[in-house]
Amino acid sequence: MRPDDRRYATTHEWAKIDGDSVMVGITDFAINELCNGNEGDLVYCDLPEVGRMVEIGETFGEIESVKAVSDLQAPITGEVVEVNPVIEDHLQVLAEDTWGKGWMVRIRAKAPNLDHMLDAAAYEEHIAAAH
Amino acid sequence: MVEFGGWHMPVQYGPILDEVRCVREKVGLFDLSHMGRLRLTGADRISALDKIVTTFVGRIPVDSIRYGLICQEDGGALDDILVYRGEEDVFLVVNASNTERDVAWLKEHLAGANVSLEDQTEELAMLALQGQDSVATLQTVVEDLDLLTIGYYKSGFGTLCGLPNVRVSRTGYTGEDGFEIYFDSGESERVWNALMEAGAQYGLKPIGLGARDTLRLEAGMSLYGHEINETRNPIEAGLSFGISFHEDKGDWIGRDALAQIKASPTNKLVGVSTDGKRAPREGYPVMSGDEQIGVICSGAISPTLSKNIGTAYVPLAFSEAGTKVQMDLRGKRQDLTVTDLPFYSRKR
Repeated sequence: MRPDDRRYATTHEWAKIDGDSVMVGITDFAINELCNGNEGDLVYCDLPEVGRMVEIGETFGEIESVKAVSDLQAPITGEVVEVNPVIEDHLQVLAEDTWGKGWMVRIRAKAPNLDHMLDAAAYEEHIAAAH
Repeated sequence: MVEFGGWHMPVQYGPILDEVRCVREKVGLFDLSHMGRLRLTGADRISALDKIVTTFVGRIPVDSIRYGLICQEDGGALDDILVYRGEEDVFLVVNASNTERDVAWLKEHLAGANVSLEDQTEELAMLALQGQDSVATLQTVVEDLDLLTIGYYKSGFGTLCGLPNVRVSRTGYTGEDGFEIYFDSGESERVWNALMEAGAQYGLKPIGLGARDTLRLEAGMSLYGHEINETRNPIEAGLSFGISFHEDKGDWIGRDALAQIKASPTNKLVGVSTDGKRAPREGYPVMSGDEQIGVICSGAISPTLSKNIGTAYVPLAFSEAGTKVQMDLRGKRQDLTVTDLPFYSRKR
């Protein structure tokens, strides 16, 4: 079971309210879809500049594996206030610590609300239905 | 596993780049049973086929194989195929996703000729062994046929894992030496396992579609649906070696259109390579300054060249090797260098 301290997007991002910002990453399912269990197959992750404003559903970056490129979509509207500096040179952190050190960006929203996203159980169902 | 043309296909068994290296350095085993396999028999098989495909079937020596295409009247490609000329038949290997359309097209244009067309896709399995140790691996399970007597793009028949009369051809889609074999699909698991075992001493690995795509791209080979399709002509794709305008072949579907394009082509399929971080991917715009001059057809990370590579159609003015262009990545630019195809040729 995935952590229930956060919410999930149907496009396989996760979001977690942490202090005055929202941490955003991608799920184990997304990582596995990109690299079929071979974490070395992740090759590049394009993340936004700090200060960029993103809208809900907007593409804020891309992640690329040997075989495919996938868009990263913002789960909430707000300003990117921090980008995980580790990811650029250590993509394996996404697989090694998906729910912790594998966060990608922090987005600050006026009144962060993740109710539009799925909880862990609903996300599980979403994946099961799609496959 | 992914769904592909109605088949469940392995994209990768392990890391894709390791699979590519395994084929370049050792030997790899591919399950290609999704490819379409068609057999034509009957007195008119050769003359009738010569009116439909770009290859001069009548000039293919028995037991030899040629690459060719099936084109529309306007020269757009419906499929690219391998044509095996047998003693009493012609055997075609076509793309999985085009098989049904090919069969319908062939039936329509063979009507009235003394030809019977048999779709053997389901009854025959197709495996490929590719890489320098493919001769040694395959010979372990083949009796009564010395594989070294089969030249490049030639085929023979032998007893494989006890199965008589198995079609074995020295063909492939990787740029390496290797074989493709066709046999009773009910035996595929047994033959697969026997080949895995025979190749173990050479470091053989099973290779998925992901690595196969990189291998063929490094070797400069077109993939239907990417470099070639209904709206692209095989002349500008650099496939003239598979097209015969010989007067003895007579007229064939697409001949006039392709002859015109050959006389004055406007675009060319080229390789592009980059030392930048991003790999070219299908659909990325190719730019020269502010002008979009083309679009990426295929792209990959090439472990053999240690570069990111791709293909694109560009106007002739940009087709010279060494020309600097760029690809657009959602507003960011990355430099590309136009490169002659293929990127990779094995030393013979």
